[in-house]
Amino acid sequence: MTAPQRSAGAAIEIRKASKHYGAFTALKDIDLHIRPGEFMTLLGPSGSGKTTTLNLIAGFTDISSGALEIGGKSVTGLPSHKRNIGVVFQHYALFPHMTVGKNVAYPLSLRGIKGDDREKRVRRALDMVKMADFAHRYPNELSGGQQQRVALARALVFDPPLLLMDEPLGALDKKLREWLQLEIKRIHRELGTTFVYVTHDQEEALVLSDRIAVFNGGRIEQIGTGRELYDNPATLFVGRFIGESTVLRGVAEASGDNTIVTISGQKILAHGRLAGDARPVILLRPERVALKRPGVDAITGENRLTGTVAEAIYLGSGSKYEVRLADGTTAVARSPLGAVDFAIGDTVDIAFLPSDLILLPDDASADVTLT
Amino acid sequence: MTATPDEGLRTGPAAGSGQPVFLSRFRPRGAVWLAAPAVLVLLVVLAYPLGIVVWRSFTDPAPGIENYVWFFQSAVNRTVLQRTFIVAGWVTLVSLVCAYPYAYAMTIVGKNMRLALILCVLVPFWLSGVVRTLAWVILLQDSGVINSILRGLGLSPVKLIRTLPGVIIGMTQVLLPFMILPIYSVMKGIDTRLLQAARSLGAKPWKAFLQIYMPLSLPGVYAGAIIVFILSLGFYITPALLGGPRSILLSSLVQNQVLSLLNWGRGGAMGVVLLIATFVLLALAAPLMRQKHTSSRREA
Ligand SMILES: Nc1ncnc2c1ncn2[C@@H]1O[C@H](COP(=O)(O)OP(=O)(O)OP(=O)(O)O)[C@@H](O)[C@H]1O
Ligand SMILES: [Mg+2]
Repeated sequence: MTAPQRSAGAAIEIRKASKHYGAFTALKDIDLHIRPGEFMTLLGPSGSGKTTTLNLIAGFTDISSGALEIGGKSVTGLPSHKRNIGVVFQHYALFPHMTVGKNVAYPLSLRGIKGDDREKRVRRALDMVKMADFAHRYPNELSGGQQQRVALARALVFDPPLLLMDEPLGALDKKLREWLQLEIKRIHRELGTTFVYVTHDQEEALVLSDRIAVFNGGRIEQIGTGRELYDNPATLFVGRFIGESTVLRGVAEASGDNTIVTISGQKILAHGRLAGDARPVILLRPERVALKRPGVDAITGENRLTGTVAEAIYLGSGSKYEVRLADGTTAVARSPLGAVDFAIGDTVDIAFLPSDLILLPDDASADVTLT
Repeated sequence: MTATPDEGLRTGPAAGSGQPVFLSRFRPRGAVWLAAPAVLVLLVVLAYPLGIVVWRSFTDPAPGIENYVWFFQSAVNRTVLQRTFIVAGWVTLVSLVCAYPYAYAMTIVGKNMRLALILCVLVPFWLSGVVRTLAWVILLQDSGVINSILRGLGLSPVKLIRTLPGVIIGMTQVLLPFMILPIYSVMKGIDTRLLQAARSLGAKPWKAFLQIYMPLSLPGVYAGAIIVFILSLGFYITPALLGGPRSILLSSLVQNQVLSLLNWGRGGAMGVVLLIATFVLLALAAPLMRQKHTSSRREA
């Protein structure tokens, strides 16, 4: 299958960028460096500033302060039609009065590309998204997924060095979304174009991205690969936003290089200490937590908290449990196939090693924003 | 090309989330009777008198097509018929030129300004046509406001009252709302994010407007143009008050035949000719209204 020409992707450099709407600050001092050809996802809850960032890059809105460079050149004041950036919108934005073929040909016509050359490139772009048979249909004769594939072809047909996508799969059902995610990943691999992708779905971000920038309240909390964000979240917000987790709060005291957190009379040992005087909280990943009968199977150095099984879910590949602890928190544990089964109401210990927990400064806003 | 997975997926219950929902399937039996009162009124006030007019045009004073023969043999009648269509064409054109930017402005201004603009459109509806036309007499007459201004500016006065341009100006003002409202109602449904998409694909602002916005606004333009044209054909008060002997329109001739000469047959024949011309026009315009793509409505 032939795709549009492989073009070198453009780098994006955003430095200390802010965006104000009147008195409201939508973006505060954003720093974001995107490498050529990278798949960067902007992830965050609703209203966190993802679309605003994309609009700044596309030139749909002006930056209030700070610097923005695309491909090494400052684009301040450059109108969107001169930026040569492909944009895919959540609402497809296909022109309803043009057929699929005309829609895809439109950016080529604007660039003075005519005749056979144009036909060939339209065909190639539609082949790439597997929509070549639909060239004569009008957008309202297509399903949502088909419309979005056409929109993708239209945004790529002129070989832009950069493609922006704002929740392109947000309006589609799950199966279709998963299939299109793989299609987008394949196209990115084939083209070498820089992709900037906005979503509030962390699973989608993990599937697609080279790196993820996590947005919260107009700031970037952390930038990193999916693995970095999952294993080493910089903030409680990131830890809770990416993947499943349990947050344990208690009375913390330093003990040498370690921290001891006391929860309902039981002591938890955590390696390391937090800088400053932030209150430490413990973040646990479900697959790092084992369920054991109280007082049995102890491993040296292991932390234990007692609770009651509140929910037991069989997942096929294993089981997932929710355990109500003495202080009322619900801990989530995932146990692999073949582990001991527990029933709702059983008294159990959740067990985890000090090296398996993540110690983070407490942040009340992480709870609020997520609900 | 291989089959795409999503073709298979489309058989699933949630597939095709972009498909339109056909609300029109909800059709309780007997719903047609809901139209009964309107149909009754139309029968009494429209169909019955119309039937009489048509009947008399063929029977008064004697059975036959004599009235129609008279109509088309008279040079005056033919000139006036032609003039009526030309004036209707001008009125349509001038109101379109005024209405299009006005309607567009209504879609982009803030809430309060929009309200003010809508009021400006609607206020003339609340005034009687006679009052409005008399206002135009004051504005247009030889010693009227417009000519005073021209003279004040050192320009030579123009003859407006009792001329065709005067009639066209007056009729345009009265009919303008019928052009503005359909255009506005189509424009406000146009997804302006399409313009943003066009810009990102490389279109200069005016190109995006011309190639994306304008085509999508055409259904409103067609609707407004047809309404204004047809209303112009039968306009009476304004041309009668603002016009002179050389700008008589068909409606005045009808009035003359029926009320002054009491010749119902000839008046009726004129009305029927106008009616048929209108139907022909509508038939010609119908394909324009039936476009393949049906909407630019917002999806998300
Ligand atoms: N034109 C505007 N005028 C005023 N405030 C705005 C404007 N556009 C966005 N905002 C505000 O800026 C903040 C960030 O908006 P943005 O659209 O970037 O959020 P987002 O992260 O894309 O959210 P979502 O996931 O809901 O799309 C929001 O609080 C929003 O209300
Ligand atoms: Mg958004």
